Formats: sequence, structure tokens, C-alpha cells
Amino acid sequence: MSQDAGTAAPAGHETEGVRRRDFINIAAVSAAGVGGIATLVPLISQMAPSADVRAESSTEIDISAIAPGQAIKAVFRKQPVFIRNLTPAEIAAAEAVDVSSLRDPQSLKDRTKEGKKNWLITMGVCTHLGCVPLGSGEGEVKGDFGGYYCPCHGSTYDTAARIRKGPAPKNLEVPEYAFSSDTIVKIG
Amino acid sequence: MSFPWANEYKPSHPFMQWMDEKLPLPRFMYNAIGAGYPVPRNLNYMWNFGVLAGFCLVIQIVTGVILAMHYAANADVAFNSTEHIMRDVNWGWLMRYAHANGASAFFVVVYTHIFRGFYYSSYKAPREMVWLLGVAIFLLMMATAFMGYVLPWGQMSFWGAKVITGLFGAIPLVGEPLQHWLLGGFSPDNAALNRFFSLHFLLPFVILGVVILHIWALHIPGSSNPTGVEIKTESDTVPFHPYYTAKDGFGLGVFLVLYCAMVFFFPNALGHPDNYIQANPMQTPAHIVPEWYFWPFYAILRAFTTDFILSAKLWGVLAMFSAILVWFFLPWLDKSPVRSGTYRPLFRKFFYVLLIDVLVLGYCGGAPAQEPYLMVSQIAAIYYFLHFLVILPIVSSIERPDPLPFSITEAVLGNDDAAAIKA
Repeated sequence: MSQDAGTAAPAGHETEGVRRRDFINIAAVSAAGVGGIATLVPLISQMAPSADVRAESSTEIDISAIAPGQAIKAVFRKQPVFIRNLTPAEIAAAEAVDVSSLRDPQSLKDRTKEGKKNWLITMGVCTHLGCVPLGSGEGEVKGDFGGYYCPCHGSTYDTAARIRKGPAPKNLEVPEYAFSSDTIVKIG
Repeated sequence: MSFPWANEYKPSHPFMQWMDEKLPLPRFMYNAIGAGYPVPRNLNYMWNFGVLAGFCLVIQIVTGVILAMHYAANADVAFNSTEHIMRDVNWGWLMRYAHANGASAFFVVVYTHIFRGFYYSSYKAPREMVWLLGVAIFLLMMATAFMGYVLPWGQMSFWGAKVITGLFGAIPLVGEPLQHWLLGGFSPDNAALNRFFSLHFLLPFVILGVVILHIWALHIPGSSNPTGVEIKTESDTVPFHPYYTAKDGFGLGVFLVLYCAMVFFFPNALGHPDNYIQANPMQTPAHIVPEWYFWPFYAILRAFTTDFILSAKLWGVLAMFSAILVWFFLPWLDKSPVRSGTYRPLFRKFFYVLLIDVLVLGYCGGAPAQEPYLMVSQIAAIYYFLHFLVILPIVSSIERPDPLPFSITEAVLGNDDAAAIKA
């Protein structure tokens, strides 16, 4: 303290322990600190999905050509989405399962729209690590439960696209969608 | 390291004397990798791999900077620009094959370097910091190699990127936003490709910086040696140059023969045919595998198949990262006062078991995700963690090591005058 006496404000103008210099020091470092942190916002945020990616609109799909037992792979947000027309046998198989015994307990009813329980619409993205499961195309492996089979790490989904075996933690995600008409479905 | 008997840098040419006064860079090099660095006289060929790793980094940076002159990091043209390098650019095929196989060579060398460290307990005091920096380099290498593999934008590139960034999605709450932030989208696309290219260019120079710290930290206590007995007198050492520049030069020659054999005769042996198909977000290849150097860790990732408190997916991710992070604790898990595996009979057996265990994990990681590979990876993954967390601490406290030589000199010559005087 004493050696600063010559440069500090004249004695009597300062309170004990707090000098103009301390105030300026704290104010300057705080301003620089807040400014520095604020600069991080654009630096970090620039990596998040850009406006053109976010602006990707919903997708409308004509499902009139999908016969029972068939499925198609459509594109939604640059990712595959499975639209499957379940056969009565597949619906029965899905409903025969005790829901509480499942890893991610959901009934077929929870995963389809009222009165349209033959239309199973799910993302074609394995909930394990994001591969595209097999089973939507003609002749592809459907796995032990007749739904989808992910070739990457062996996750197996049943006819309601619920996880039954393998490392995936969740059922295949059901995206937001609505039937515009009996033959047009709007996803997103 | 400045042992008192280290040769002193005495430039004779007036220009070098002038330089030494203004910027003593030649003096620095002389003391770091020249005649001014005394090194144990008994280093075997396992000690070549540090220099070889440095050489691999140089290959990767030189070929990589050249490839970047011809490559276009845009999802529409990346695949074609890679083929343009292979077909049209003068010597482009050589640059790309040298770079792709250079990555594999780098990992072969670094794995050997790491297992040398395991066997001779190179991580022990006073070289803990050397080890910690080395593990950091390895993590940076993995990140760099992963992002580099994405750049050709083939099927394996794309799906590798999807699977690995999918790992972050396993993190509770923040996982999905984090994954979208990393990718700049909902799945790998142009944004991801561009940032991977930017970082793939940057990280090798970060690695170079950490390598300099690694060598700096090494030169404080000086190099370890196969007996694990510290340097006592001048007769335990020889100057790095010409003794180890010559020995490393010979090792480099052998390395280059093998490396060139791969580059010129089996350039695609370690690659995947699927990566010569352009990335297709709608079609997963039947069998996604990462590059061979990730296989042991990939096997650990896949070993978790049932939920237990946390989801199987999150367990897999945690285990995979822990498999490397556990190395950071190695200097404190192995409490034995004896370094070298040569004098630790019980430790040595478990070292070889670990080596086999990692090879088994590697084999399973490259195999399809079905039985019996899953069961085998589960057992091997359990053993992997048992080795570091249980076996190593117990072995190091119960084993009776073999008698150590008095000094490096005695180990080499059979007797040491200094030992005779002391007796």
C-alpha cells in the first residue's frame, strides 16, 4: 500500500482498502471477461444446424401403392423413414406381445394413428447408433421378430418396430405425421 | 537432460557461433537429438518406435497437405475429387495410398510404442508426464484418423461418421442436441464434411505440438531402458548421435521396406471395398466396420447388449472411452518399484495375456455383430478392465521380482567397476 501512495488518489479521497485503481481493475477485467465469453456465442453457435438445414420442410408421401406386407423407404430430413402396411398376421403378432415385458414398453396402438393401425410409420434410423435397419425392402432380412434388423450391431425390431433384441435402447422413433387423406401422409 | 557428462555444443564455424548467440536453435537440436543427449547404452529395437512415430507424423503431414491441394470438401464433389486424385493428378495415387497406408503404419508403430511402455512400465515415475502426454497424443490421433476417413465420402466414410457421432447421442439429456451441433445437421452432410476437413487439417499440428511436449518431458529424466535401472554413471550412456541416429536409421530402413511394400503392392488391403461406393444416406452397408486400428475399442462398444441401470448403448460408449482413459491412471495403478517386465515374472505373464486379449478384441471388433463374437468380446472386454483395475494393482503388490542388475553397465558387460568398488 505505502509504496503506491505516490500514484494513488490523494489521501482522504479514498476509503480504506478500495482504491480507484482497484475499481478500474475489476471493471476492466469484468468487461473483458464478459466480452470474451460473449464472443464464444457466435463461435460455438456457428456449428449448429444452419438455417437451410433447419428450414427443411415436411414431406408428403403417397402411400396408395403400398400393398399389405410391403414397405417403402422415404426421405425425411435427409434421413430414411419407413412406411409399412402391416398384414393382419403382423398386427396380431405385435398385439400378442405383453407390453410390460418390452425394453421400451409401447403397444402397437401407441405407435399408430386411430383407425390406421396397419400403417406403421417410423424413422429408418436405428436408435443404437443411427444405421438404417434392413427389412423395408423386398427380400431383406427382417430379423427374428419379423420387423427390422440392423446390420451394424444386430438390433432386432418386431412388427411394431419395437426393440426386442440387441443394443438399441429404444423403439424406432415414430415421427410427427398426419394423414392428409387416405392415401397421402404428411410427415413433419 | 543435462547429465554432467553430456557433450557440450561448441560450434566451430563463425556463422554457427554467430547463430548460437542470436538464436540457439542448433544448440537446442544438438542437446535434444544430437550428440548432446546421453542415452542408455542398452536400448533394444523396441526403442525405435518413438522416432518411427515421429517419422509417420511427417509422412502424414506432407502427403496430407499435398492431398488438400487437390481435394474438395463438398458432399457433392468430395467422392469424385478423391477419384480425380487417384486417376488424374500426377502421382496423386501415390500420395493418397501413402496417406491412407501411412495412417495404418502410424497406428502399428504407435501401438508397438504403447505396448513397449506397458511391458517396460515406461509410465512409472519419474516419466508419468511423458506417458500422460502420450495418451493425449493417442486420443488426438484417433480423432484425426476418424475425421480423415470420412473425407473420401464413400459408404464407410458416411456410415462411420454416422455411427461415431451417434455415440454422443447416447449421453442423457444433452446427447441429441450435442450430436446435431457436432454434425451441423440431423445426419452427416456437407456441414459435417467441411468441419471434419478443417479439423483434420488442424489436428496433426496440434499433435505435433503435443509431441514436442512429450519429448520435452522425456528429456527431463532422460530415456528409460530395458532393465528399468536408472542411469548412474557416464559408462551407462552413449550420445544419441551417432549411436542411436544409426540404430534408428536402420530401423527406419526396415520400416520403409514394409511400408512401401504395403503402399505399392497391397494399397487397399487394409481398406474396405464399400468405401469406393459414394456415400448414400438411404443405404447402410451390410457390415459396417471402422478401420482396423479402432477394432479393439469397437468390440468393447458392441459388447454391451442389455440395459443395467443405464442403457446398453450408454454403457458401451462409457466403456469404450474408459478403455483408453484407464491408461491415464496406469502410473498409479501399477505400484511395483521394479519397472521392467524382464524382472517381473508374474507381471510378464499377465502382460502377454493382455496382449492376446487386445488381439482377440481386435478380431471381434472386425467381425460381424453376432455370436460367438459378441460373447467373446464380452469376456475379453471384462478381462481388459480386470487387467488394469484389479490384476495390475494386485500383481504389483504380491509378486517377488527377480534380482536387478546393479547398473546398465553391469547388465551389458556382465560387471561394473563402480559396483565392485561399492562392494
